[in-house]
Amino acid sequence: MGSYLVRRFGLMLLTLFGISLIIFVMLRIAPGNIADILFDAAGFVDPTEKAQIMKDLGLDQPLPVQYASWIGGLLQGDLGYSYVTDRPALAEILPRIPITARIAGLAVCFAALIGIPLGVISAVKQNTRLDYILRVLSLSALSMPNFWLGLLVLMGCVAYFGTIPIYSDAPQSFWQGLAMYSVPAAVVGIRSQALILRLTRSSMLEVLRQDYIRTARSKGASENVVNYHHALKNAVLPVVTVIGLEVAILLGGLVVIETVFNIPGVARFLIEAIRWRDYPIVQNIIMYIALIVVLVNFIVDMLYAALDPRIKYSD
Amino acid sequence: MSIIDYRAELTRAGANLDTRWAKLRFLARRYPLGAFGAVIMALCVFAAVFAPYITVYDPLSTNAAFSLARPSAQHWLGCDFMGRDVYSRIVYGSRISLAVGIGSLGLGLTCGVLIGLTSGYLGGWIDLAAQRLIDILQSLPLLVMALLMTASLGPSLRNTIIAISIALIPSSARVVRSTTLSLREQPFVESAKAIGMSQVRIAFRHVLPNTLAPLIVLATAQLGATILIEATLSFLGLGVPEPHPSWGRMLSESAAEYVRTAPWLVIFPGLAISLVVFGTNLFGDALRDVLDPRQRS
Repeated sequence: MGSYLVRRFGLMLLTLFGISLIIFVMLRIAPGNIADILFDAAGFVDPTEKAQIMKDLGLDQPLPVQYASWIGGLLQGDLGYSYVTDRPALAEILPRIPITARIAGLAVCFAALIGIPLGVISAVKQNTRLDYILRVLSLSALSMPNFWLGLLVLMGCVAYFGTIPIYSDAPQSFWQGLAMYSVPAAVVGIRSQALILRLTRSSMLEVLRQDYIRTARSKGASENVVNYHHALKNAVLPVVTVIGLEVAILLGGLVVIETVFNIPGVARFLIEAIRWRDYPIVQNIIMYIALIVVLVNFIVDMLYAALDPRIKYSD
Repeated sequence: MSIIDYRAELTRAGANLDTRWAKLRFLARRYPLGAFGAVIMALCVFAAVFAPYITVYDPLSTNAAFSLARPSAQHWLGCDFMGRDVYSRIVYGSRISLAVGIGSLGLGLTCGVLIGLTSGYLGGWIDLAAQRLIDILQSLPLLVMALLMTASLGPSLRNTIIAISIALIPSSARVVRSTTLSLREQPFVESAKAIGMSQVRIAFRHVLPNTLAPLIVLATAQLGATILIEATLSFLGLGVPEPHPSWGRMLSESAAEYVRTAPWLVIFPGLAISLVVFGTNLFGDALRDVLDPRQRS
């Protein structure tokens, strides 16, 4: 286990190094940098002035030097300066993280708390009308683009309250925040919820076919005890890993939902930064997302071993 | 168990197997939801191919007099801000969705299959390197990866296809690699080696065809995801640019403001996306049941 952990950790660092290279290279081959965009807006280009801006931003240095200074700063907690606002990137990004984290956390809770029970019900009532309805509903949830769902919710708000909820002001109290953020969380979480429902269902069905379930039934255990005591415990294992992975996918969904609801979180900030070619912001946010995904994968692997005694990692 | 004796199974179920149509009818009866999905997909393809014949208005021609016109007998689904007919734009938009869906799926699968096949079949350091590459590509959510790629390549139809295909590589490479690993040890591969067949030929003629079933299941599942990502990228203004009538792009123009003033601009394009993706999902589910009997419920 110990050496496996070390190896796994080394691979994690390698992956992070690889993705940092990809992020850096992809953003550097992008057509048009911030200087071009600024001068396009101004309408005329003074070459010396442009060269000065490039120099100020460090864009005139060779790529390896730029990369090294980014990673070097990253390791020391210095993320560089935003090209657009001239403020430290960390100061721009950090205050936006809690909002996104709250919505993501709410969405995961929402998805798991609704998805797992519905999945169990769907499996236990296999091939009944309820099962069919749940299956079709979950498949439709997976088919809807989440930004469209968000727009429909906004439309409902307009029809019902006559106005669109506003997220630019911080919530006054915990409960108000909960009420405010649960709407986008529900919208962004519905995909994960449908996925968890489907997975719980198929995993549950698989477990219910196993011998030990038949044994439990034959020794006279009641249907509820078999379903919820014997079967669910084993069926929920693969679901745990998916919940972990969904955290990562949710971050992608939040990019869109924060744009639709106009929430000043870090995900929408990423889109704005991409439009402005604000390299320090874009590369750091994407790097941050990659870090979360890789860490979550790592934790899920470990958790899986801890939860399932049949799995032993060895080297 | 990836090979099924369809003939025996169908005969047992009392199906008339004489013609291709009879087989199709049988499958449609057995998987009604899958058949429904296939019909939706066929409709989408029909709309894309015959777009000029089933629309009256040009999807790009503007008409100030009809700016934000409500749905009427003349313009079934209303008009957008520039007076362009929404129905025409949705019908023509199916071309974009299909082009991106098929294009990026084809490109992504080809790269994924090549990587998966070589790494699974050859093993060794090539396998190690390929796996690291896949790990790296998978360390970003699908959408964020596509976002990074489009941000770098710039918005255009071709770049959107490339961007999404790169994001699709890891999953197909994984699937092909894992099937190849088990196929490599099979007797038929050994015998092909024994009669002196070249490695490349064995990989493509004997191993690859046996990975097709899981690959087809994956591809249909991903077709829907591809269409959704294209719509999302275009919605964010980073995908297919104006004046192409992309479904996602149609929503972005209408987004926050038209929720109040022109709901038809929000409802119909989203409905088109959802319907087509729903169709591919239904079809994909049925296909998985047919091709992968272990998953059958």
